[in-house]
Amino acid sequence: MSVASPLLEVEGLTKSYGGIHAVRGVSFSLRSGEILALIGPNGAGKSTCFDMLNGQNRPDAGHVRLLGEETTGKKPREIWRLGVGRTFQITATFATMTVRENVQVALISHGKQLFNLWGSAPRFDRGEAVRLLELVGMAGYADRPCGELAYGDLKRLELAVALANEPKLLLMDEPTAGMAPRERVELMRLTAQIAKEKSIGVLFTEHDMDVVFEHADRIIVLNRGTLIAEGSPAEVRGNPQVQAIYLGEGLLYEGGHREGASA
Amino acid sequence: MAFYVVQFLTGLASAASLFLVASGLSIIFGVTRIVNFAHGAFYMIGAYIAFTLTERFSGAFGFWGGVVLAALAVALIGVLVEMVLLRRIYHAPELFQLLGTFGLTLMVEDLVVLIWGPDDLVGRRAPGFKGAVDFFGQNIPSYDLFLIVLGPVVLGILWLLFQRTRWGVLVRAATQDRDMVAALGVNQKWLFTSVFAVGVFLAALGGALQIPRDAVHHAMDLRIIVEVFVVVVIGGLGSIVGAFVAAVLVSELNAFGILIFPKISIILVFLVMAVVLIVRPWGLFGKPEAAARKTPGLSVNPWRPLTSNERLAALAALVVAAMLPLVAGNYALTVGSEIAIFVIFAVSLHFLMSVGGLASFGHAAYFGLGAYGVAFLAKMAGLPMIVCLLLGPLLGCMGAAVFGFFAVQLSGVYFAMLTLAFAQIVWSIAFQWVSVTGGDNGILGVWPEKWAASPSHFYWLALGVAALVTIALRVMVFSPFGYALRATRDSVLRSEAVGIDAKRIQWTAFVIAGTTAGIGGALFAYLKGSVFPDNLGISLSVDALVMVLLGGVETVSGGVIGAIVYKALNIWLVSQTDLSKLVLGGFIVLIVVVFPKGIVGMLEILAQRRRKSSPPGSSLLAKPIESAE
Repeated sequence: MSVASPLLEVEGLTKSYGGIHAVRGVSFSLRSGEILALIGPNGAGKSTCFDMLNGQNRPDAGHVRLLGEETTGKKPREIWRLGVGRTFQITATFATMTVRENVQVALISHGKQLFNLWGSAPRFDRGEAVRLLELVGMAGYADRPCGELAYGDLKRLELAVALANEPKLLLMDEPTAGMAPRERVELMRLTAQIAKEKSIGVLFTEHDMDVVFEHADRIIVLNRGTLIAEGSPAEVRGNPQVQAIYLGEGLLYEGGHREGASA
Repeated sequence: MAFYVVQFLTGLASAASLFLVASGLSIIFGVTRIVNFAHGAFYMIGAYIAFTLTERFSGAFGFWGGVVLAALAVALIGVLVEMVLLRRIYHAPELFQLLGTFGLTLMVEDLVVLIWGPDDLVGRRAPGFKGAVDFFGQNIPSYDLFLIVLGPVVLGILWLLFQRTRWGVLVRAATQDRDMVAALGVNQKWLFTSVFAVGVFLAALGGALQIPRDAVHHAMDLRIIVEVFVVVVIGGLGSIVGAFVAAVLVSELNAFGILIFPKISIILVFLVMAVVLIVRPWGLFGKPEAAARKTPGLSVNPWRPLTSNERLAALAALVVAAMLPLVAGNYALTVGSEIAIFVIFAVSLHFLMSVGGLASFGHAAYFGLGAYGVAFLAKMAGLPMIVCLLLGPLLGCMGAAVFGFFAVQLSGVYFAMLTLAFAQIVWSIAFQWVSVTGGDNGILGVWPEKWAASPSHFYWLALGVAALVTIALRVMVFSPFGYALRATRDSVLRSEAVGIDAKRIQWTAFVIAGTTAGIGGALFAYLKGSVFPDNLGISLSVDALVMVLLGGVETVSGGVIGAIVYKALNIWLVSQTDLSKLVLGGFIVLIVVVFPKGIVGMLEILAQRRRKSSPPGSSLLAKPIESAE
C-alpha cells in the first residue's frame, strides 16, 4: 500500500467531560495492514478516544478521516458502512441467537437486506457465515446458542462479526480482556494473521504488554488524555517517560508470563 | 376570580390522594422494577375496608383510627401478596410481573363485589371536617383543606424517611443499583417486602382518605391506576418529589381542563404526558435509567422455523378448525370468529413485543382505529365490505406511523407509557368527538354483506384472515428484517455497530404491528356490527398483553396459543359463572407462578427434557402445533 493516503488519520482529537479533559489534541495515523496499539494506564483516555473513532462519542474538536473521508460526527452505523469493524471491551452479541445467526445478522446488514421481509434469515449467506466462523475457529459452535458461550469464545465470535463487512479497519477495544492467558495470545495471533493477509489496518487498546509487544507494528502511548510517545515497540519500551508511567505505577507485566514477548 | 381559586384548591385536594398512591407505585417500581398493576386494587381495598371500619366504629377516633387501620390491614395483605406471589416471579421475564398483578386486580374486582356488593357506598364525613369554609361566596369543604395540608406533610415524612433512616438509604441505593446493594450483603428479600408494604400502605391510605369525598365503588381501581401511571411517568419513576409535583399538575389539569377546554378535557392529561415523555423521557424529576444488566435468566433457546412435520400439524389443526361449522351452532361460530380475530390482535402485539422487545401498553389504539376505519368507510362513504376490509386497517397503519415514530425513540417502561398515552388520546378523541364518532354511543349498523353474513361464512373469513396474518408475521420473524429487529432488542450497541438503524427498524415493526392490529379491528367491527370507544380502550390493550404473556413472550407461537386459551377461557367463564374475573384472575396468577415462561414456553421446556432423555434423532416433536383458530 502506498504511504500517500493513510487508512486512518486522526488530528487534534479533543474531548472533555465537565472539567476533565479526557482526550487532549491527540493526532496519529494508521496505514493499511498496520497493527497499531494504543496503550496507557487506566483513565488515560483510551476508551474515549476509541469511541470517538467509531462515532459512539462526538469529539469537542479535531478530525477523524477514513481513507481521506471525514467521519467526524458520523454515527457508528455510518462509519461501519465505510468499512470499519468493531469489537467491544465488554462483548456485545445477540444472546438469543445462535453463533451463526450472529454473524448472519452482520452479513444481512452488509448485504443491505435489513428490510427484506420475505427471505429466510437462517439461510442467508450461510456459507460465508460458516467461513467466517472457521476463520476464527468457531465453526464447531455454529449452532450453539450465543447466550451459553464462554467469554473467550464470545470474543472470537465478535471478531468474526467484525470481519463480516470486509472491513478495511478493525477497532478492537481490549480484545483480550477477560480471557485466559493462552487464549489471549491465540486471539491476537489470529487477528494479526488475518490483518496481514487481507491488509486490514488494526487499532487496538490493550493492558497485556506481552500481547502488545508481540503483535504491534507501532505503539502510541496515551497518558492523561495526551499522546506522550509514539514509535516501534523497541522505541516505546526504551522511552523514559513511558517507563516512568508504567513502572512508577507498577502496571507493567501484570501477569508475569512472557511466552510470547518479543526480544 | 374566587371561583377559580376554589377550583384550584379542589384540584390540590385531589392531588393529595393521587400523590399518596403514586408515591407508593413509584417506590415499588424504583426498587423492585415491578410495574404493579394491582396498585389500584390496593387503593380500592383500602377504601372498602376503611368504609366498613368507619361505619362500625363511631366518633373521631373511630373514623381516623379506621382509616389508618384500613391502610395497615391492606399493607399486611400486600406483604402476603409479595411473599407468596411476587417473590416467585422477580426473575421471570420482564413484564411478567405485570401479568401477575393484573390477575390479582381481576380477582380483587370480583372479591369486593362479593363482599361489599355491587352498589356504590357513600361513606361518612370526616369528624371535625364536616363543614365548609366560605371563600368570597364560594364554599370550600373543610376536608379539602385538610387534604391540601396532608399532601405536603406526607411528602415531608417520606423525605425524612428516605434521607434520614438507614432503611431509606437502602431504598435509595436499591433504586439506583439493586444488584450492587445485593452484592453489599443487604438482604434483598426483606428490603423488597418492606418497600412493597410501604407502597401498598400509601395506596390504601390514599383510598381510605377518599371516602368522605367520593363514593366507594368496584371500578375505582382502573380509573386511579391509569391516572397514577400518568403521574409517576410525568414525575419520573422512583422520584417522590416528582410524584408530588406531577400529582398537583395532573389534578390541576383535570380541574381546569374541564373549564377551559371542555371538548378535549380527557385528552389534556395524556397530551401533557406524551409531551413530557418526548422531551424528557425519564420524567420531570427522574434520572435517565442506567443501562440494565443482562438478566441472568435470559432465554438461551434460539428460535427456529417450524419443521415440515410441525407445519403439517399446524395445517391439520387449521383444517380441523375450518370444519367447526359442520358440528357447531351459531353461538359457537361467533365465539370462534371472535377468537380468530383476537389471534390476529395478539400476534400483532407479539411481533412488536417478543420480536422487537417493545411492550406496547396501548396496542388497542390500532385495533380500534382499524374498526373505526371500517365504520367510517361503510357508514359514511358506503363502500362495499371488501373495500372497507382492505382500506379500514390503513387508519391503524397511519396511527401507528405517527405515534410509532415518537414511541420508538424511547424504550422499556417509558415506551410502554408513551404508547399508553397515545392510546388514551385516541380513545378520548373517539369518546369526545361526538359529531364524527358518535361518542359513547359508537357507530352502529356496520353489518357484513350477504356473502359473509352467515355465522359460518364469517367464521371462515375470520379464520382465513387469521391464518394468513399469522403465517405472514411468522415469515417475517424469520426474515432478515425479523432478525434485524431481534438484533436491536438483544443489543442496541452491537446492532448499531453492524450498521443497523435501530429506530427505523423498530418504527417499521411498529407500523407492521399497528396495521395488523387494524386488520383484526376491521373484522371485529363487522363481527359486532358496531364500533365503540371501548374498542380502543385500556382494558383491550391489557387483554392483548395478557394474551402474549400467557402464551409465552419468549416463544414464537406464544401469541397464537395465548389468544386462543385466554379468549376461550374468558368467554366460557363469563357464560358459566358470575365470578368470571375471580376465576380468570386466579388462573392467570396460577400460570404466572407455576409456568413463568407462559404456556408455550412451558411446553418447550417439557419437550426439551424429553429430547434430552431420549436418544438423539427422535427429536421431531418440539414445539406445540400452531393453528390459526
